[in-house]
Amino acid sequence: MKFAIQVNEGPYNHEASVSALNFTKAALEAGHEIFRVFFYHDGVNNGTRFTSPPQDDINIAGSWSELADQHGIDLVICVAAAQRRGIVDEGEQERQGKDGNNIASGFRISGLGQLVEAGIQSERLIVFGD
Amino acid sequence: MSILHTVNKSPFDRNSLDACIRLAVKGGSVLLIEDGVYGAMKGTNKSDMVTHAMKDLSFYVLGPDLKARGIDEEKLIDGIKVVDYSGFVTLTVENDKAQAWL
Repeated sequence: MKFAIQVNEGPYNHEASVSALNFTKAALEAGHEIFRVFFYHDGVNNGTRFTSPPQDDINIAGSWSELADQHGIDLVICVAAAQRRGIVDEGEQERQGKDGNNIASGFRISGLGQLVEAGIQSERLIVFGD
Repeated sequence: MSILHTVNKSPFDRNSLDACIRLAVKGGSVLLIEDGVYGAMKGTNKSDMVTHAMKDLSFYVLGPDLKARGIDEEKLIDGIKVVDYSGFVTLTVENDKAQAWL
Protein backbone atom coordinates (compact mmCIF):
# COMPACT_ATOMS: atom_id res chain seq x y z
CA MET A 1 0.00 0.00 0.00
CA LYS A 2 1.10 3.57 -0.71
CA PHE A 3 1.52 5.83 2.35
CA ALA A 4 2.10 9.54 2.84
CA ILE A 5 3.37 10.76 6.20
CA GLN A 6 2.95 14.25 7.61
CA VAL A 7 5.16 15.47 10.48
CA ASN A 8 4.02 18.67 12.24
CA GLU A 9 6.36 18.67 15.20
CA GLY A 10 10.10 19.19 15.61
CA PRO A 11 12.51 16.47 16.76
CA TYR A 12 12.78 17.95 20.27
CA ASN A 13 9.22 19.15 20.95
CA HIS A 14 7.49 15.98 22.07
CA GLU A 15 7.49 12.54 20.55
CA ALA A 16 5.84 12.91 17.15
CA SER A 17 9.00 12.93 15.03
CA VAL A 18 10.17 9.67 16.60
CA SER A 19 6.70 8.15 16.21
CA ALA A 20 6.67 9.16 12.53
CA LEU A 21 10.15 7.74 12.03
CA ASN A 22 9.24 4.43 13.71
CA PHE A 23 5.99 4.19 11.75
CA THR A 24 7.79 4.87 8.47
CA LYS A 25 10.38 2.17 9.23
CA ALA A 26 7.67 -0.33 10.18
CA ALA A 27 5.69 0.41 7.00
CA LEU A 28 8.79 -0.10 4.85
CA GLU A 29 9.60 -3.33 6.70
CA ALA A 30 6.08 -4.58 5.98
CA GLY A 31 6.72 -3.99 2.26
CA HIS A 32 4.64 -0.83 1.88
CA GLU A 33 5.64 2.16 -0.19
CA ILE A 34 6.25 5.58 1.37
CA PHE A 35 5.25 8.02 -1.35
CA ARG A 36 6.45 11.05 0.59
CA VAL A 37 7.13 12.39 4.07
CA PHE A 38 6.00 16.01 4.35
CA PHE A 39 7.47 18.17 7.11
CA TYR A 40 5.25 21.05 8.15
CA HIS A 41 5.27 23.66 10.96
CA ASP A 42 8.07 22.84 13.49
CA GLY A 43 8.45 19.51 11.68
CA VAL A 44 10.82 21.28 9.27
CA ASN A 45 13.45 21.21 12.05
CA ASN A 46 13.90 17.53 11.20
CA GLY A 47 15.66 18.60 8.03
CA THR A 48 18.84 20.31 9.21
CA ARG A 49 22.20 18.58 8.96
CA PHE A 50 23.63 20.85 11.68
CA THR A 51 22.17 19.01 14.68
CA SER A 52 24.71 17.17 16.81
CA PRO A 53 22.87 15.48 19.69
CA PRO A 54 24.81 13.62 22.40
CA GLN A 55 26.05 10.22 21.32
CA ASP A 56 23.61 8.34 23.56
CA ASP A 57 20.66 10.24 22.04
CA ILE A 58 18.83 9.13 18.91
CA ASN A 59 19.87 11.40 16.07
CA ILE A 60 16.38 11.92 14.70
CA ALA A 61 17.30 14.28 11.88
CA GLY A 62 20.17 12.02 10.84
CA SER A 63 17.88 8.99 10.89
CA TRP A 64 15.62 10.51 8.23
CA SER A 65 18.61 11.07 5.94
CA GLU A 66 19.71 7.45 6.46
CA LEU A 67 16.21 6.26 5.64
CA ALA A 68 16.11 8.37 2.48
CA ASP A 69 19.50 7.00 1.49
CA GLN A 70 18.47 3.38 2.04
CA HIS A 71 14.96 3.50 0.62
CA GLY A 72 14.95 6.51 -1.68
CA ILE A 73 11.97 8.11 0.06
CA ASP A 74 11.00 11.67 -0.77
CA LEU A 75 11.47 13.99 2.24
CA VAL A 76 9.81 17.34 1.57
CA ILE A 77 10.03 20.43 3.76
CA CYS A 78 7.39 23.17 3.54
CA VAL A 79 9.06 26.29 2.15
CA ALA A 80 7.12 28.89 4.18
CA ALA A 81 7.67 26.98 7.43
CA ALA A 82 11.36 26.54 6.54
CA GLN A 83 11.91 30.24 5.83
CA ARG A 84 10.52 31.14 9.23
CA ARG A 85 12.75 28.63 11.01
CA GLY A 86 15.98 29.03 9.09
CA ILE A 87 16.03 25.77 7.15
CA VAL A 88 17.88 26.66 3.96
CA ASP A 89 18.91 24.77 0.82
CA GLU A 90 21.11 26.09 -1.99
CA GLY A 91 18.19 27.62 -3.88
CA GLU A 92 16.85 29.40 -0.79
CA GLN A 93 20.36 30.52 0.13
CA GLU A 94 20.62 32.26 -3.19
CA ARG A 95 17.06 33.64 -3.19
CA GLN A 96 17.21 34.98 0.37
CA GLY A 97 20.86 36.08 0.21
CA LYS A 98 21.96 33.89 3.14
CA ASP A 99 25.60 33.06 3.91
CA GLY A 100 25.10 29.33 3.95
CA ASN A 101 22.67 26.43 3.90
CA ASN A 102 21.87 23.65 6.35
CA ILE A 103 19.52 21.20 4.65
CA ALA A 104 20.20 17.56 5.43
CA SER A 105 20.81 15.02 2.68
CA GLY A 106 17.69 13.43 1.26
CA PHE A 107 15.51 16.46 2.04
CA ARG A 108 14.18 19.04 -0.40
CA ILE A 109 12.27 22.28 0.14
CA SER A 110 8.99 22.70 -1.72
CA GLY A 111 5.44 23.93 -1.31
CA LEU A 112 2.18 22.79 0.23
CA GLY A 113 1.11 21.45 -3.17
CA GLN A 114 3.43 18.54 -2.41
CA LEU A 115 1.30 17.66 0.61
CA VAL A 116 -1.90 17.89 -1.42
CA GLU A 117 -0.39 15.68 -4.13
CA ALA A 118 0.83 13.17 -1.51
CA GLY A 119 -2.72 13.01 -0.13
CA ILE A 120 -4.13 12.34 -3.58
CA GLN A 121 -1.51 9.85 -4.74
CA SER A 122 -1.34 7.82 -1.52
CA GLU A 123 -3.92 5.43 -0.14
CA ARG A 124 -3.31 6.57 3.43
CA LEU A 125 -2.10 9.86 4.91
CA ILE A 126 -0.83 9.40 8.45
CA VAL A 127 -0.34 12.58 10.48
CA PHE A 128 2.00 12.96 13.46
CA GLY A 129 2.25 16.11 15.53
CA ASP A 130 1.05 18.24 18.35
CA MET B 1 -16.21 2.39 5.95
CA SER B 2 -14.06 2.25 9.07
CA ILE B 3 -11.71 4.88 10.43
CA LEU B 4 -8.61 4.48 12.57
CA HIS B 5 -8.40 7.32 15.08
CA THR B 6 -5.01 8.07 16.65
CA VAL B 7 -4.84 10.01 19.93
CA ASN B 8 -1.38 11.15 21.04
CA LYS B 9 -2.06 13.32 24.09
CA SER B 10 -3.01 12.38 27.62
CA PRO B 11 -6.73 12.80 28.39
CA PHE B 12 -5.60 14.61 31.56
CA ASP B 13 -3.82 17.21 29.42
CA ARG B 14 -6.09 17.75 26.41
CA ASN B 15 -9.62 16.91 25.41
CA SER B 16 -8.65 15.09 22.21
CA LEU B 17 -9.63 11.64 23.51
CA ASP B 18 -13.00 13.00 24.70
CA ALA B 19 -13.57 14.64 21.30
CA CYS B 20 -12.53 11.51 19.45
CA ILE B 21 -14.88 9.30 21.45
CA ARG B 22 -17.72 11.78 21.10
CA LEU B 23 -17.43 11.98 17.31
CA ALA B 24 -16.07 8.60 16.18
CA VAL B 25 -18.57 6.49 14.29
CA LYS B 26 -19.44 2.97 15.49
CA GLY B 27 -17.17 0.28 14.07
CA GLY B 28 -14.06 2.46 14.11
CA SER B 29 -10.83 1.86 15.97
CA VAL B 30 -8.92 4.08 18.38
CA LEU B 31 -5.15 3.73 18.78
CA LEU B 32 -3.58 5.47 21.78
CA ILE B 33 0.04 6.52 21.18
CA GLU B 34 2.64 8.73 22.90
CA ASP B 35 1.09 10.37 26.02
CA GLY B 36 -2.28 9.15 24.74
CA VAL B 37 -1.47 5.77 26.34
CA TYR B 38 -2.48 7.18 29.74
CA GLY B 39 -6.06 6.99 28.48
CA ALA B 40 -5.78 3.19 28.40
CA MET B 41 -5.23 2.85 32.16
CA LYS B 42 -7.90 1.49 34.45
CA GLY B 43 -8.93 3.19 37.67
CA THR B 44 -8.72 6.77 36.38
CA ASN B 45 -11.53 9.29 36.00
CA LYS B 46 -11.40 8.67 32.22
CA SER B 47 -11.64 4.87 32.45
CA ASP B 48 -15.44 4.77 32.50
CA MET B 49 -15.62 6.95 29.40
CA VAL B 50 -13.26 4.60 27.55
CA THR B 51 -14.97 1.43 28.81
CA HIS B 52 -18.32 2.81 27.67
CA ALA B 53 -16.88 3.74 24.24
CA MET B 54 -15.56 0.21 23.80
CA LYS B 55 -19.11 -0.95 23.08
CA ASP B 56 -18.88 0.80 19.71
CA LEU B 57 -15.15 1.21 19.08
CA SER B 58 -12.13 -1.11 19.23
CA PHE B 59 -9.31 0.25 21.41
CA TYR B 60 -5.61 -0.34 20.90
CA VAL B 61 -2.54 1.02 22.64
CA LEU B 62 1.04 1.24 21.36
CA GLY B 63 3.23 -1.13 23.41
CA PRO B 64 6.58 0.69 23.06
CA ASP B 65 4.97 3.93 24.31
CA LEU B 66 3.50 2.08 27.32
CA LYS B 67 6.90 0.63 28.09
CA ALA B 68 8.60 4.04 27.77
CA ARG B 69 6.28 5.29 30.52
CA GLY B 70 6.65 2.27 32.79
CA ILE B 71 2.99 1.29 32.44
CA ASP B 72 2.47 -2.42 32.98
CA GLU B 73 -0.10 -4.14 30.78
CA GLU B 74 -1.88 -5.28 33.97
CA LYS B 75 -2.86 -1.66 34.55
CA LEU B 76 -4.81 -1.45 31.29
CA ILE B 77 -8.57 -1.46 30.94
CA ASP B 78 -9.69 -5.01 30.06
CA GLY B 79 -10.19 -5.47 26.34
CA ILE B 80 -7.69 -2.88 25.12
CA LYS B 81 -5.25 -4.60 22.78
CA VAL B 82 -1.53 -3.84 22.85
CA VAL B 83 0.12 -3.48 19.43
CA ASP B 84 3.67 -2.71 18.27
CA TYR B 85 4.58 -0.45 15.32
CA SER B 86 3.98 -3.30 12.90
CA GLY B 87 0.48 -3.61 14.40
CA PHE B 88 0.04 0.15 14.01
CA VAL B 89 0.81 -0.18 10.29
CA THR B 90 -1.63 -3.10 10.01
CA LEU B 91 -4.39 -1.02 11.65
CA THR B 92 -3.88 1.77 9.09
CA VAL B 93 -4.19 -0.79 6.30
CA GLU B 94 -7.25 -2.56 7.74
CA ASN B 95 -9.16 0.70 8.20
CA ASP B 96 -10.16 2.81 5.20
CA LYS B 97 -8.88 6.08 6.62
CA ALA B 98 -6.69 7.35 9.44
CA GLN B 99 -7.63 10.42 11.47
CA ALA B 100 -5.13 11.96 13.89
CA TRP B 101 -6.70 13.85 16.80
CA LEU B 102 -4.03 16.44 17.43
